[in-house]
Amino acid sequence: MSDAASPKRPRRWMLYAPLGLAAAAGVGFYAMLQGLQDGSYNPRGVPSVLLGKPAPDFSLPALEGVELPALAAADLRGPLPGPVLVNFWASWCAPCIIEHPQLMRLSREGIAVYGINYKDRVAEAGAFLRRHGNPYRRLGRDEPGRTAIDWGVYGVPETYLLDRQGMIRWRWAGPITPDTLENELRPLLRRFA
Amino acid sequence: MTRWIFLWLLLALPAFAAVGDPNERLADPAKEALAREIGRELRCLVCQNQSIEDSDAQLARDLRRLVRERVAAGEDQAAVITFVHQRYGDFVLLRPPVTAATILLWATPFLALAGGIAVIMLRRRRAVAEAAALSPEEARRLAELDRGTA
Repeated sequence: MSDAASPKRPRRWMLYAPLGLAAAAGVGFYAMLQGLQDGSYNPRGVPSVLLGKPAPDFSLPALEGVELPALAAADLRGPLPGPVLVNFWASWCAPCIIEHPQLMRLSREGIAVYGINYKDRVAEAGAFLRRHGNPYRRLGRDEPGRTAIDWGVYGVPETYLLDRQGMIRWRWAGPITPDTLENELRPLLRRFA
Repeated sequence: MTRWIFLWLLLALPAFAAVGDPNERLADPAKEALAREIGRELRCLVCQNQSIEDSDAQLARDLRRLVRERVAAGEDQAAVITFVHQRYGDFVLLRPPVTAATILLWATPFLALAGGIAVIMLRRRRAVAEAAALSPEEARRLAELDRGTA
């Protein structure tokens, strides 16, 4: 009986191979779940191709009824007095309401926040700013959504951070929550100040 | 007669449904066909498993319009796809290019095939080896058994 085991021995690793494979897959899935939880892994995230590049060329009209200067690429060319945030938003976008207090806070702290109003109605965009406050130093109106496509925007809100040289350093797709502000944006603002 | 017209309309309906808004379509059928071919290569970034031709998302509609404008202006498929790729990166291409980051994705079927072939070859060789001559120990045991039964 003991001898009968000897021709089987080379095949035993075949038994463990699927087990090892399953274990490796388990470790992989665990890492993915961890990443999903802390936000470092997002399978639906579209990485921005603009990182390390200047803003694409554009020139947008101002929003009627709101006393804010318009926004064009020329306003984002370095050298700039400090880092600049460019925020795509719309009055019909619910996450934009969640993110608004954070933008207001940054604006009060003296950070230059520029806005691009995406596919919105003039009256409703104006009403949004009157109700929730205006964090923007400049505001462009992108009703056709073409400038957003040039930036690679795939949903609102989306926020870009430009350094003093006018280079895009960071892109956040989705609302800037208090957590995003403290853990992601603040360290970058310090670095590029 | 009216029944035939209704039947014809019913059967022809999917043709009208090809692109959500007929106003979007290009007048030139050849250019419209090219625009659709390009659109099927581009991922809708909102509903990510659909192409921009299949999706009804606002962004997909805008990208469809953009593709048709550029096709109408005489650009070829490569130029239009490059234009969109420069803005949205590899993610927008439903057929991702072969790069260092995507090589594993492309190579996996071939690696699996090579692995399978390797396993088959190994097993075959072992089967041949097993059929080879008995070891002296085995020969001795066999002789013992033979004697036992005799």
